[in-house]
Amino acid sequence: MNQLWIGVIGASIALFALRYSGYLVPEKYLTNPRMLRINTLIPIALLSALVGVQTLTEKGKWVIDQRVAGVLVALIALRLKAPYFVVVISAALTSALIYRFK
Amino acid sequence: MFRATATQSLSVSFAVGLYGIAFGAAGITAGFSILQTCLLSLLTFSGASQFAVVGVMGAGGTALSGIATASLLGIRNTLYGLRMAPLLQVRGWKKVVAAQITIDESTGVAIGQEDLGPAAMKQGFWLTGIGVYVLWNFFTLLGALGAQAMGNPSSWGLDAAVPAAFLGLVWPRLLGRFERTLAITALVLAILLTPYMPAGLPIIFTALLAVIFGWKARA
Repeated sequence: MNQLWIGVIGASIALFALRYSGYLVPEKYLTNPRMLRINTLIPIALLSALVGVQTLTEKGKWVIDQRVAGVLVALIALRLKAPYFVVVISAALTSALIYRFK
Repeated sequence: MFRATATQSLSVSFAVGLYGIAFGAAGITAGFSILQTCLLSLLTFSGASQFAVVGVMGAGGTALSGIATASLLGIRNTLYGLRMAPLLQVRGWKKVVAAQITIDESTGVAIGQEDLGPAAMKQGFWLTGIGVYVLWNFFTLLGALGAQAMGNPSSWGLDAAVPAAFLGLVWPRLLGRFERTLAITALVLAILLTPYMPAGLPIIFTALLAVIFGWKARA
């Protein structure tokens, strides 16, 4: 079985286990305020890290290319309170245009 | 049946389901097959975690780092389950279904109906959970088929759509200076570490930052 399949099945099992355990565990164990705060911060750190790595690196190297422009446009769209879909599409369009005409 | 709750459930389902297209395309771009991409939506069914699996593994990360990142992002679903269990009071196979559709949106809509009482909250949970599930999976398939037909992902801008999708997910969470500082620190740290660590690890490493920030923050 190759890595991609392990990733697909492993992530599926992990997510189901995380969800189902919420229905089994008594509430008091997971409501420590510090744990709750860390829990809201983890997605911020991971998602931000993913933005950085997906925008400025490729195959383990730092790369500056059309993706940077795309993500900057997404940032502007978000500041203008554009809907999620517009954010993603505007990034794709910008990146595609630069890629084709450079 | 609560009309206002139903309207809200359906609009949330459409808005969220639609960006399954972005995920479907991202899966193909990262080298996953159509079947694998669709299975991620059917079984993993958690936007940020799914994007993390294809993001980390698409960049050359191992299955283990993909699964670890997805799990760290998925911990919040456990907390949602804790919150929903006393409301839904489900047993047996219904508990399995409820767990599978326990996501940001179903929990959010349920909590949003608090003024209308537990019956409306339950309706909000089930309708939103099932609605997002059906539409998210339908649009994932559409996005995957579309990306497969397009060929080179760069020429369609899909290479920038993936980080933009992550940016859109993190944006609403950046409520204050504290959160923004964490976000920028994590982003810079992950980029700096990338050439020196196997793919995927710099991202997981930033979870430590979240622990440090959360530990030191004043309540």
